[in-house]
Amino acid sequence: MAKGKKAPEKILRQVPFCPGCGHGIIVRLVMECIEELGYNDNVLIGKPVGCASLLDNNLAVDTFTGAHGRNGASMTTIKRLKPDMLVVSYQGDGDCYNIGFSETMNAAYRNEKFTVIAVNNGNFGMTGGQMAWTSMPGQKTSTSVNGRNVELSGMPIRVPEMIAHSFDTAYVARGALFTPAEINKTKSYIKKAMQAQIDGVGHSLVEVLSPCPTNWGLTPLASMERIVNELVPYFPLGEIKNKGGK
Amino acid sequence: MSKVIVSKDKCKQCGFCVKHCPKQAISFSADFNSSGFKYAVVDDSKCIACGMCYTTCPDCVFEITE
Ligand SMILES: Cc1ncc(C[n+]2csc(CCOP(=O)(O)OP(=O)(O)O)c2C)c(N)n1
Ligand code: SF4
Ligand code: SF4
Ligand code: SF4
Ligand SMILES: [Mg+2]
Repeated sequence: MAKGKKAPEKILRQVPFCPGCGHGIIVRLVMECIEELGYNDNVLIGKPVGCASLLDNNLAVDTFTGAHGRNGASMTTIKRLKPDMLVVSYQGDGDCYNIGFSETMNAAYRNEKFTVIAVNNGNFGMTGGQMAWTSMPGQKTSTSVNGRNVELSGMPIRVPEMIAHSFDTAYVARGALFTPAEINKTKSYIKKAMQAQIDGVGHSLVEVLSPCPTNWGLTPLASMERIVNELVPYFPLGEIKNKGGK
Repeated sequence: MSKVIVSKDKCKQCGFCVKHCPKQAISFSADFNSSGFKYAVVDDSKCIACGMCYTTCPDCVFEITE
């Protein structure tokens, strides 16, 4: 049984996302972990360009919005200058992967000691649901109106696996949100990723499979079903790498 | 005090809490909240304060009091 549960006080007001958007759950998990790890003020959230940039003034922590996709570079700077600060780069898949691939990969390659939360909702949500590297084969988006043609555009990208298998980073995992159990697992991944940073083990990244009901043209519940049936078989859930902390 | 406090004006009627409440204690209101959504209503007599609604809600609607 739960012994009292209350959203973190540092979430100041209603999150600005569409009904059933996964960003709302993920932001809460991030803020819960920050609270439970005892970080009151020495914490910074890197915001992306994307729907999460709507979080302006919602969170009572320091934030920094980098240029589109470039938080791998921005967070590197901040973490190097403030090594005791908990630095969390919250990014969409379009931002973190398509647009910021070089910065994202170079930060992992250098094993920069900050944490990335990558929200995989299979499209560029904020701008109207354009196809992204994470869009599934056959997925209809505003720039693949007949469905994604992988003959022309390649197969969806699995950046967490690339990072885990290529670089000497500390922690990589992929979570989802379609049941309370999956949400709790995702929270444990986010917390371990932050702990790896706090312990100085190295770079950490958690990808979360997240519904975007508005651009998927599905109800929130049908969006969660799509994640179970279509996304999880291609984007396996669980810890991909865990070098452990102190 | 009720087991769950519902901030009804934050609710966006996504339905996650209704689906995952193990006691079918949550239903939607007949009227609309300030954002124009039917909002989650908890039947305190069925609720076991398990917190599943808190966990699944994207909009921080629920506070579990016990
Ligand atoms: C340099 C630059 N290019 C393009 C844009 C337009 N733009 C704004 S948000 C966005 C999509 C973000 O998608 P994603 O990172 O997947 O976040 P989501 O909204 O899906 O959470 C784009 C392309 C921009 N603001 N700046
Ligand atoms: S467009 Fe998609 S990602 Fe953006 S707030 Fe709406 S549901 Fe969420
Ligand atoms: S606390 Fe549990 S039983 Fe009570 S309304 Fe929420 S999900 Fe249902
Ligand atoms: S999960 Fe939250 S936003 Fe969704 S219907 Fe329930 S109370 Fe409303
Ligand atoms: Mg996206």
